[in-house]
Amino acid sequence: MAKLTLLFFLSFLIFSSSIAFQSDELLVDDDEFGLEGAKPRPTDLHTSSSSPQQQQQTPTIRRRYSDPTDLDSKVQFTLEHAFGDSDFSPAGTFSARLKTWSHGGKTLTKLRFSRNDFSAEEKDAFKNLLKGDDFYRIRLPSNVVSPPGREFVIASVRARCLPRDGLDEHFIIHMEGANILAVSYGSPGACQYPRQLKLPAKWSFNSHTILKSSEQAPRTPIFTEEILGSENVEGEVEPPPERSFWAKYWMYLIPLGLVVMNAVTQASNMAEEPAGGQAGGAQVQQAARRR
Amino acid sequence: MAIRVFLTLLLFLSSAILSFSLYEDQAGLTDWHQRYIGKVKHAVFHTQKTGRKRVIVSTEENVVASLDLRHGEIFWRHVLGTKDAIDGVGIALGKYVITLSSEGSALRAWNLPDGQMVWETSLHTAQHSKSLLSVPINLKVDKDYPIIVFGGGYLHAVSAIDGEVLWKKDFTAEGFEVQRVLQPPGSSIIYVLGFINSSEAVVYQIDSKIGEVVAQKSMVFPGGFSGEISSVSSDKVVVLDSTRSILVTIGFIDGGISFQKTPISDLVEDSGKAEILSALLSNMLAVKVNKRTLFVKVGGEGKLEVVDSLSDETAMSDSLPVADDQEAFASVHHEGSKIHLMVKLVNELDNVLLKETIQMDQHRGRVHKVFMNNYIRTDRSNGFRALIVMEDHSLLLLQQGAIVWSREEGLASVTDVTTAELPLGKDGVSVAKVEHTLFEWLKGHVLKLKGSLLLASPEDVVAIQELRVKSSGKNKLTRDHNGFRKLILALTRPGKLFALHTGDGRIVWSMLLKSPSNSQACERPNGISLYQWQVPHHHAMDENPSVLVVGKCGSDSSAPGVLSFVDVYTGKEISSSDIGHSVVQVMPLPFTDSTEQRLHLIADTVGHVHLYPKTSEALSIFQREFQNVYWYTVEADDGIIRGHVMKGSCSGETADEYCFTTRELWTVVFPSESEKIISTLTRKPNEVVHTQAKVNADQDLLYKYVSRNLLFVATVSPKGAGEIGSVTPEESSLVVYLIDTITGRILHRLSHQGCQGPVHAVFSENWVVYHYFNLRAHKYEVTVVEIYDQSRAENKNVWKLILGKHNLTAPITSYSRPEVFTKSQSYFFAQSVKTIAVTSTAKGITSKQLLIGTIGDQILALDKRFVDPRRTLNPSQAEKEEGIIPLTDTLPIIPQAYVTHSHKVEGLRGIVTAPSKLESTTHVFAYGVDLFYTRLAPSKTYDSLTDDFSYALLLITIVALVAAIYITWVLSEKKELSEKWR
Repeated sequence: MAKLTLLFFLSFLIFSSSIAFQSDELLVDDDEFGLEGAKPRPTDLHTSSSSPQQQQQTPTIRRRYSDPTDLDSKVQFTLEHAFGDSDFSPAGTFSARLKTWSHGGKTLTKLRFSRNDFSAEEKDAFKNLLKGDDFYRIRLPSNVVSPPGREFVIASVRARCLPRDGLDEHFIIHMEGANILAVSYGSPGACQYPRQLKLPAKWSFNSHTILKSSEQAPRTPIFTEEILGSENVEGEVEPPPERSFWAKYWMYLIPLGLVVMNAVTQASNMAEEPAGGQAGGAQVQQAARRR
Repeated sequence: MAIRVFLTLLLFLSSAILSFSLYEDQAGLTDWHQRYIGKVKHAVFHTQKTGRKRVIVSTEENVVASLDLRHGEIFWRHVLGTKDAIDGVGIALGKYVITLSSEGSALRAWNLPDGQMVWETSLHTAQHSKSLLSVPINLKVDKDYPIIVFGGGYLHAVSAIDGEVLWKKDFTAEGFEVQRVLQPPGSSIIYVLGFINSSEAVVYQIDSKIGEVVAQKSMVFPGGFSGEISSVSSDKVVVLDSTRSILVTIGFIDGGISFQKTPISDLVEDSGKAEILSALLSNMLAVKVNKRTLFVKVGGEGKLEVVDSLSDETAMSDSLPVADDQEAFASVHHEGSKIHLMVKLVNELDNVLLKETIQMDQHRGRVHKVFMNNYIRTDRSNGFRALIVMEDHSLLLLQQGAIVWSREEGLASVTDVTTAELPLGKDGVSVAKVEHTLFEWLKGHVLKLKGSLLLASPEDVVAIQELRVKSSGKNKLTRDHNGFRKLILALTRPGKLFALHTGDGRIVWSMLLKSPSNSQACERPNGISLYQWQVPHHHAMDENPSVLVVGKCGSDSSAPGVLSFVDVYTGKEISSSDIGHSVVQVMPLPFTDSTEQRLHLIADTVGHVHLYPKTSEALSIFQREFQNVYWYTVEADDGIIRGHVMKGSCSGETADEYCFTTRELWTVVFPSESEKIISTLTRKPNEVVHTQAKVNADQDLLYKYVSRNLLFVATVSPKGAGEIGSVTPEESSLVVYLIDTITGRILHRLSHQGCQGPVHAVFSENWVVYHYFNLRAHKYEVTVVEIYDQSRAENKNVWKLILGKHNLTAPITSYSRPEVFTKSQSYFFAQSVKTIAVTSTAKGITSKQLLIGTIGDQILALDKRFVDPRRTLNPSQAEKEEGIIPLTDTLPIIPQAYVTHSHKVEGLRGIVTAPSKLESTTHVFAYGVDLFYTRLAPSKTYDSLTDDFSYALLLITIVALVAAIYITWVLSEKKELSEKWR
């Protein structure tokens, strides 16, 4: 329990600090191992670069962690894109810090992305894509240490999904150590269908990136009599909240009401009935007289 | 509190039991079970003694069985494991059946009358080699000659009495491969002939009592041997050399080895590659050259001489001693729709002992194997019977010119199953003709009434049971109102399609796939898969439904495919075509043309996609949806999943306008050093989901993420891909993914540390349940993952729904960023699993059950409620009312929940479910070596009266009530009148 609180506290700290600094960089929490026994949580990294011009400034070097086992190394890998069936060409660069853990595992942290602007030809090519509702394709190396690794990881999106005010794109990079498994690429929000042809007002990219590594499955809980027994110690669980009278007995009350109503109408009918009966009797008498 | 929890649990369990189990007298009412053995490899007759005549067979499905020779029924049967292939079978001491399996490492003896295992010996083997079993044929039981077994480089002599290894010889060092073991009768010296490196022939003379090598001779043959061998007598064998053009006779009896070469060209003019047929004939061998079968007589000095040749493709049996030191053999050849069985003496081929002609069903194909047996006729002459194995794997016994019995053993190797509707009943047929007469109907109901009122005598009970099994019209060949009568179409490995009736499991029709072009290269394509081609619907009611059978010529992945369209009602092939390209993947599209033919895409190895049917109408439908057709491929060996989209017509390369090129849209590349794909799974394309949302206990809504384009992938670390327990928990991990197959997005990714495959999974609606092994806990686990859609979570407000401000009707596109979340929970499961399926009903309203094929070859029905990630340890009152079961760490295995009750579906491989028209009921068909069918009602038959509902009682009650009303009315009238007169 204490560990859990600690975790919350840590994450709170991170959250508050990022507000205070107003920085585009996300601090990488050091507890990526996850605390033993704590609820595992996805290690997502968010970066967002609003404008490429800003990105190209040298990033401010932040305080390094004074971790002696820190074997960080910088890696860079390029994003390549293709318009429809065209060949892939460089479109931007991801730079990150590769952290090597003492047990040999590697994780990518502090991901930054700088997106190149579209050149004039690329703009034309993209316009053609928009007209033809064709695919805008991107690819990343499947290994960041020795690109391109085994093969490139490709993702595509219908070009008409990207333009809003500018060009909004959203990457989710699924990592396994230094390997990129897959990249999900698309607009950050919905893509309306049917897709409308719409040219972007600004030809600049608004990129959002998330790094995702695999989530650990929780251990299957083992509980035997202990837990069932411990409940006994806890004592009676509070009784279920008392429901209202109506909620409890509506199924009896409604038929009862119906019966009462029926009885009432019966009674009112009964009052009239004797009169009718007398009339009938009179008729019989009349008939008898005629005979 | 504990007591209360326990009680509620008990309550739940008891209600669960009620909904699963069936009463003893209900067994066999809706279910049937058929036992098969598979394609027979070896057969040994046991007919010497009076009493039961039987034949012992071993099959390609690793079954050893004893069959009744009179009726073809199974006396006993043992299904060995999938990796325990039987290499040889024999009868020792006249009372034990000896089987050698697992490449010569497992030797077992079974008691002949009842099939009990007498002893089992596991033999030491060091390397892979072909194995050989030699059981001495001794009629004297008192003398114990050992069983000689070769396998894995070792020669073992095993006592037939108790399975004790008497001696063993290690031949691993010199690489000696034993080809033949000859045991001349009456001597304890055995001859072991073998080759070293296929070029040196070695003969050992071994004293079979003590295992001592008496003499050893070897001789190098420069050309090398091909490995095909035929032993013609006790001192000679004939082998083929490596060029397959020279027959070499090896004589080895008197102190030395002698080779004698005879080129095939000397024997027959049109020489070609020769092939020695495996038949064992005395002093003769059968050689197949250029599709001709030659009978070659081996003279005393090893001289070869052709005595006969047959032009047809002929199957032959081993020779068999008949009276007066003569040997006879049987041969079977085809002529049109007939087969000719001939039994000839080996020494005098002109002397035909028996010649029979039998009319044979065309759909059985050619004769593959013949096993012959003789008997003494009533007039003291020799009679012969032959057991033949046909191309469709069926087993037939021929005797006196007739088929005595036949077994459809092809059904032991079902590869794909689908269901089809039966034709509608014709109006003209009167009810009385098909149904019982009215009197019988009434009698039946009176009987039932007696039964339900506990008045029935034991005979009546039997009669009732019989009535129930043959319940009215259960086996009719027409559609019924509830959809209980259906056809199960099963495609078998030899390429035969069977239609089985759900009522009693009988074969309605069967059809053997034929190659459309009749080319020699592809005489008989083998079946791969089965698809619904045409399901007549509202327009096109007059058409018969049909199925598409996809076959392939040869086992190669690039072998050309064959399509065959089969009418479901009649079982006739409508058309078939040689498609001229390979078949990698068949994708049924969600479009049909005006005659309700479903459009299919077939991907080939080159990366092209072909559209079927090849009509302009289909093409125009496809062109309309061209932009929205995506497909994916899983390269399990490379660990890559690729998504593709249609690009254009492949007109540049071929003129075929139904051929399309594709381009790659996305890839998921699993790191080869840490992940290996072991299982992929999608939802059933025809599954129906009734409710899109799930209501929580706190009146909250959860929208299911119901997408047809989800792919479940499970990967393990390459080290952990082996057997369970071969790695430490630290080395192995299991990762599961849910991938959108349009965009390649990974929607869910969860890794299980210290877990290992094999993974068995089932995917339905918005959930996946998968089964794997947890190395840390040393237990099997089952995990459920449910995926929910967050983007529609806002639609809870009633006002929004009324005012239309919701996005429920907006088209869903995969290019929107999915807002999903998953819930998952794991449980232990006590059993190993072979396959998992889920029940499917017509509208998807009925709650689901998981059908788990357990390691014991039974099917366990487990309510989906047990694998619900919302289970908590201590559910609130509201949750309990909703039906949430308190969380337990282990899934319960309730013995009554086995839907197979007392049966075993030996060698279980798959479970198929299909909805019936009645929403509560689903068809379940399980196949393996055996077949099993039953109908299940996961939530009981809430929408119909049960079969044993007594209409007679209802009728009698009504009649009695009416009578009572009338009588009381009359009485009251009378009373009233008398009152008035008073």
